[in-house]
Amino acid sequence: MAGRVLASAASVLADIGYQPEWTTVMGSSFMRHALIAGTLVALVAGPIGYFVVVRRDSFAAHALAHIGFPGATAAVLLGAPVTAGLAVFCTAGGLAIGLLGRRTVDRETATGTILALSTALGILFASMASEGAAAVTDVLFGNLLAVTTSQLWTFSIMAAVVLVVLAVIARPLLFASIAPDVAAAKGVATGALGLVLMVLLALVTTMAVQVVGTLLLFALVVTPAAAALAVTARPAAAAGVSSAVALVSVWGGLVLSAVFNLPPSFPIVAIAFVVWALATAWSRTGARRPTGA
Amino acid sequence: MSGAPAPEGTTPTGGPTPTGGPSSDPVVSLREVEVHRGDHLVWSRGSFDIAAGSVVGVIGPNGSGKSTLLRLLLGLLEPTAGRVEVFGDPARRGNRRIGYVPQDDTAAQPESIRCRDLVALGAGGHRVGLGPFGAARRAMAARVDAALAETASSAFAGRRLSEVSGGQRRRVSLAQALVDDPELLLLDEPLANLDLRHQRETVELIERVAHRPRADGRVTTTLIVTHDINPLLPVLTGAVYLLDGHPHHADIGDVVDEHLLSHLYGTSVAVVRTPQGDLFTRSV
Repeated sequence: MAGRVLASAASVLADIGYQPEWTTVMGSSFMRHALIAGTLVALVAGPIGYFVVVRRDSFAAHALAHIGFPGATAAVLLGAPVTAGLAVFCTAGGLAIGLLGRRTVDRETATGTILALSTALGILFASMASEGAAAVTDVLFGNLLAVTTSQLWTFSIMAAVVLVVLAVIARPLLFASIAPDVAAAKGVATGALGLVLMVLLALVTTMAVQVVGTLLLFALVVTPAAAALAVTARPAAAAGVSSAVALVSVWGGLVLSAVFNLPPSFPIVAIAFVVWALATAWSRTGARRPTGA
Repeated sequence: MSGAPAPEGTTPTGGPTPTGGPSSDPVVSLREVEVHRGDHLVWSRGSFDIAAGSVVGVIGPNGSGKSTLLRLLLGLLEPTAGRVEVFGDPARRGNRRIGYVPQDDTAAQPESIRCRDLVALGAGGHRVGLGPFGAARRAMAARVDAALAETASSAFAGRRLSEVSGGQRRRVSLAQALVDDPELLLLDEPLANLDLRHQRETVELIERVAHRPRADGRVTTTLIVTHDINPLLPVLTGAVYLLDGHPHHADIGDVVDEHLLSHLYGTSVAVVRTPQGDLFTRSV
């Protein structure tokens, strides 16, 4: 018995061996598409993730991915593009969460309940579809190596929309996030800005699900931003570092997936995790204590 | 506060009487104002003026609607009847002549922002688009530095809000309100949760800020919501008090009266004058 387990382990490890032809793989067209798509996602996930973490809305971001899941599987069932299904459900979910208001306890339980319902709906649609397990796995865990050219165009447009809107609203959004009472007094439309952010997050979620899937979205949208904020609290710098961490995770993850024949989602998330762990450990060792009044 | 009797031009508590600015129109004007919260009537028949340059305490028992007055002036709340005017115009949101320091910690996420950035939001946070750039950016940084210096917050301006003490955070919130050079300053419970020393320092800071010189020659008017009037008595020139569901305004000398205060707080209050000339109220 032990012998058989050891033999299986050995053959699994042999499969994850160094792939000598990985440089050729890196030059292939699907890898190029993956790099472009991953770059676009990282560029938008960075600043959006920054706002999500600053507003302590990580759970909403996590939930939004799961709310998109039934949209994706319904699209598979109907033969529609998965991206469209994701976009519709994520946007509707984002607006719903945004309209729930910001009273924490009610909102958390409501969000979690909707998350569970969404996942259950998604499984229902998946079971009804003839495509079966592969499509579902792609949605849950991402399939960065299967990005089509038309998806690249869609992602480019989505990324442009997100970045342009964010550039316009970044300052009042930060004001509303950090000091909502004072911002409202200064005429900032705090509620409306929160809704806009949710819609932007829905677009980013739609893109990011292609890269790491709904289950791992947290690692691409929230973790890089958390790592950035551990290192700096300057708004522009934190958003920039957040994008940089996401970029490094995606590129590094793609390279490692070629070198070691791994599904890209794992090394992408692993790199994000390592960076976050290092940043968090560094911030805990820094001299960051109150200096007295 | 020395032992001599109050000199000419000062109130019984020693603070300066409001002189008004170049215009003697009231900064705040309420006429027959009635405010509801849902179905609940908070207060009614509010009619009073607050002159420019006043330092006015907003006092009353808990739940009497003190913060409500601030929300009316900020345009965050509409009265169900009557008129609320600020600088001669109906109260509206986004009036940049008003600086506001709310009661709770201004920053909901203190670990995610630096003190300096919080102040900068008070200067440019309401503007859309990226920027400012170049000379405008340097000018804004100078205003931020000035506000930090005015509130003795420069030393820790680069630290995150979570890395400074509560009293320091309070000063940063005040700097955020000052950076836009407000003519009307609204402070909601600025002394809450501060120990005696920090209360005193904050009162001194409020006094400096209330009389800060302005480039345009106008004066600052300050409203301070407070549940405890004593620490602020030395700097107040008047008070708005919520009595029997109606707001009233009077000079501080008329407010520091045992009958009025006992009625106001629903408990027996004594007004004590020390041999040094200090005045304070005490529940007996």
